[in-house]
Amino acid sequence: MKLTDISSGINEWFSGSGPLSDIVISSRIRLARNLAGYKFLSCCSVDEKAELLQKLKDVLMSLDLGDKVFYISVDKEPVLNRHFLVERHLISRHHAFGKGPRGAVIAQREFFTAMINEEDHLRIQVLRGGLQLSKCAEQINHIDDMIERKVSYAFSARYGYLTACPTNLGTAIRVSVMLHLPALKMTGQIEKFFNAARDMNLAVRGLFGEGTEAAGDFYQISNQITLGISESDVITQFENTIIPEIVDYENAARNQLLSKQSDLLDDKISRAVALLRNAHLISSQEALFLLSHLRMGLNMREYMGASTPAIDTLSTFSKKGGSTSKHQELTIETINRLFMLTLPAHLQLNYGKALDATHRDALRARIIRSALNQDS
Amino acid sequence: MRCQICNKNDATIHLTEITDGVRAEMHICELCAQEQGIAVKSQIPLNELLSSLLAVQPTDEELFGSSEKDSKTSCPHCGFTLDKFRKEAVLGCPYDYEVFEKSLLQIIKKAHNGNTAHCGKVPSKASAGIKKQAKIITLHQKLQEAVRSEDYELAAKLRDKIKKFET
Repeated sequence: MKLTDISSGINEWFSGSGPLSDIVISSRIRLARNLAGYKFLSCCSVDEKAELLQKLKDVLMSLDLGDKVFYISVDKEPVLNRHFLVERHLISRHHAFGKGPRGAVIAQREFFTAMINEEDHLRIQVLRGGLQLSKCAEQINHIDDMIERKVSYAFSARYGYLTACPTNLGTAIRVSVMLHLPALKMTGQIEKFFNAARDMNLAVRGLFGEGTEAAGDFYQISNQITLGISESDVITQFENTIIPEIVDYENAARNQLLSKQSDLLDDKISRAVALLRNAHLISSQEALFLLSHLRMGLNMREYMGASTPAIDTLSTFSKKGGSTSKHQELTIETINRLFMLTLPAHLQLNYGKALDATHRDALRARIIRSALNQDS
Repeated sequence: MRCQICNKNDATIHLTEITDGVRAEMHICELCAQEQGIAVKSQIPLNELLSSLLAVQPTDEELFGSSEKDSKTSCPHCGFTLDKFRKEAVLGCPYDYEVFEKSLLQIIKKAHNGNTAHCGKVPSKASAGIKKQAKIITLHQKLQEAVRSEDYELAAKLRDKIKKFET
């Protein structure tokens, strides 16, 4: 399979489906594992890394995941493809631009990835749209069991799964939920969310994980403590308490915008519409920022029945040209497509060659204009 | 946000109290805080802030708990040293957790909110001995939790269970 087979579409978990998907973009669970009888990667020679890679690749490619899987030799891929895999959340930045023999096994529907020779020998992840952590947990636990039948993991009764970095020790589980929180940002309450997360030992990261800035009001919230708390306790805490509370706060902020600051809300949405429909050069950051406001407006209409002059405009221009065909309506899926397909590596991969920043900005603006002006 | 006591002024003081693992939040105004006897220092002098920050900076020794012995030790399995760990923040092999246990414990505690023992999945392939050990560790953790929340009935049951496992 080629990356261009998937680059022109969006993945299932980003399609805007799943519980609470107006605010919760996706749920992800990652497990870190190392093989018993091998050193951690920092002490492995190139040959040892290659041996681990081959062994784990064979195991993973033989699993029945209920979907076709494909393998990517990450260290041999062109830089653009590696950027694409990061944009797609299929591999981490660390894996994309690390050193030595390393690879990734990816399910074609993109709900599963295994990174081989990242920081640990093996990191597996399962992704789903909306708040679906229990389902992710069930699935990843099953996959982990299947792998464990074929290899022996480094494990101690005292410390659990042994990881290269002591911060992942224990269950070695990372539960991450990606949230869209534009109203908390707009009403100046996002700092409160950061502080509350910090108090609860949770990490807040940007759209593309570790070391990235929040773009387009997307935030990833994840656990940091992996020792002394079971997998099921972390998941229950996230699914039943932490995430529903944040969703309530975001909804309260959206209601506050509607009832007390509707001018501010309408100004943001209208400016976003005007710029996106008319700009001829638009950077990736600006596009994310503006599309975020459009996404919020559409979701407020859809989920809260909100009606303001700017939100009503979204309804009318979604039917522009009298077209009733579904694919021409402005839907959350259209916005999500624009979010993903206008990211730099997606743009270039779909265009068929590398482009400099100005050409990328022009192409991005053209794609957005054509999606939002249905007459053109 | 309005003060939860007088319901008139803006709440400028936000208190978080954790009792027996249960988190309670309180949002009140300065006046009510004074009435409740909650001391509020509205401004902390810069030098006081800086010196208190410096005071809590852990020294290398505190951070790595490195006993003299550990800093000279290298792992017989991978040749890794604590110096290398300080630079790279990753370990060399699974045995390092035993070889440098004393020094790593500080870091483990710091990273995991004071926890020092696993609670959760155990590989099905693990030996019977490891499975039993892991079970006892988890039961001990539950016992501590029961004692903390003063559920002595549960604590007694857990203690009996542990005894049964250990014999």
